[in-house]
Amino acid sequence: MTLTQITMKQRGFGQTMRQGAWWSKSLVVLLVLSAFVVYSTWAAFQGVHYRFGPYLSPFYSPEILGDATYSWFGAKPSWLPAWLPFTPALLILWAPGGFRFTCYYYRGAYYKAFWGDPPACAVGEPRKSYRGEHSFPLIMQNIHRFFLYVALLFLIFLAHDAWKALWFTDAAGATSFGIGVGTLVLTMNVILLGSYTLSCHSLRHLVGGRIDQLSAAPVCQKAHQCASSMNRRHGLFAWLSLFWVAFSDIYVRLCSMGIWTDWRII
Amino acid sequence: MAIATTATSATTAATAATATFSIWRGDAQTGQLVDYTTAVGEGMVVLDAVHNIQAEEAPDLACRWNCKAGKCGSCSAEINGVPRLLCMTRLDTLPLDKPVTIEPLKAFPLLKDLITNVNWNYEVKKRIKKFNPRPPDATDGTWRMQQKDVDRVQEFRKCIECFLCQDVCHVLREHHLHDEFIGPRYLVYAASLEMNPLDTEDRLKDLKDNHGIGFCNITKCCTTVCPEDIKITDNAIIPLKERVVDEFYDPLTKLVRLFRPRKK
Ligand code: SF4
Ligand code: SF4
Ligand code: FES
Ligand code: FES
Repeated sequence: MTLTQITMKQRGFGQTMRQGAWWSKSLVVLLVLSAFVVYSTWAAFQGVHYRFGPYLSPFYSPEILGDATYSWFGAKPSWLPAWLPFTPALLILWAPGGFRFTCYYYRGAYYKAFWGDPPACAVGEPRKSYRGEHSFPLIMQNIHRFFLYVALLFLIFLAHDAWKALWFTDAAGATSFGIGVGTLVLTMNVILLGSYTLSCHSLRHLVGGRIDQLSAAPVCQKAHQCASSMNRRHGLFAWLSLFWVAFSDIYVRLCSMGIWTDWRII
Repeated sequence: MAIATTATSATTAATAATATFSIWRGDAQTGQLVDYTTAVGEGMVVLDAVHNIQAEEAPDLACRWNCKAGKCGSCSAEINGVPRLLCMTRLDTLPLDKPVTIEPLKAFPLLKDLITNVNWNYEVKKRIKKFNPRPPDATDGTWRMQQKDVDRVQEFRKCIECFLCQDVCHVLREHHLHDEFIGPRYLVYAASLEMNPLDTEDRLKDLKDNHGIGFCNITKCCTTVCPEDIKITDNAIIPLKERVVDEFYDPLTKLVRLFRPRKK
């Protein structure tokens, strides 16, 4: 239906009357996200130095196949062709990767920083045509909630990793309770990832947002209230958890390589 | 050219200071930015400066305003490239050492100077299915609601229809998809009806097919400019997107609903 003929010219890429460094936020997002993608891809292909003592790098958790003693189902199956790149991380990283890729917050951020759609508010765009998330391929972003279900499952695994990081085995093979710096790193990791996951927009909708008359469903109402208050800081949690999950991998990796020493607190 | 001043000197030497404003003059065919210099003082907003300029130099400068209190939504314009209300933008928040640009909204056809034709918005509103309440709860024809059920939609009722969000939204501003996308203001409006506990209408198919909710790429520029501080993207658009997912893209929810039909 044509409501009105609005014929206005499109501005050129980067054209704006805004003053100051309007491009700075998008540039920071571009650099930080690129750095994360490069590092996590590199780390996922390493397949070594992802375990140190009771610590397991979150990029490699859960370890479904891989290490013969520690993984759920033993070593890499022999029938897998040798040329196929294989590490335990490659089996699972699609889940947290897809969760972040389809996250409402990251979507808004990377559409701006990587696509210039728009480069910043009230700034001209590089392309003329625009379909947004209205049609294929970006309409696929609507599967976000399914990644959320998997992410909730992963939280359990990561919490279990943090628990296991409390139990140290000495040279004689005896296991005792302890806390190392790595324990704190992995615990912080599950707290930040938990905050990120539990503040998800889809979760906020599923636990109560979908209901109009919340007073008729008191449990959902409480859950929606909690999810909403966390949701206000979703962007912050997104960045903190991103930094920390990469740092956790770096920590375990450098300890395992003998470059850093893991200090025992207890 | 202007005798420049800074925000601090504007407050200390209020009477002596002046500032320059580059204001768009023209119509849909031609136009240009014209510099005007006027006295500025403590507590002034951009609309005051525009009024001074109208009184002193440019009586034919067209500018809409009404309440000067941020409540009527008439004085929307772009100040230094950012969509804002003229009456709520204090001069001491702007750098006055260079000219302040004042331009009309970019997402609507220009009539004259700072005035655009925003009729499109009122036409869009008519396309959204009206409020359709369930039968009255009491015999006297009234309804019963709890405050916690209307908290959510009360945020949306703060909207003053200034259309700053429509102006900044790149789907309208840059891509002119006015026929396919209703814009953030009307997604807020649709959300206020959809989430109303009394309403029985279903607008989800319209939102997906006719109102173009998929064009919004949640870049939040609308939220940034809203003078009423409505969390447009987080509280209206994303929850509506999620409801559209429920209805059209989520076979699992559909399956669950087969066993527990949705109550409105
Ligand atoms: S969040 Fe959506 S509606 Fe708001 S400005 Fe961005 S694209 Fe437009
Ligand atoms: S939602 Fe905010 S920015 Fe948009 S028209 Fe209403 S008050 Fe103005
Ligand atoms: S919206 Fe960001 S994780 Fe779901
Ligand atoms: S004059 Fe009413 S909002 Fe500015």
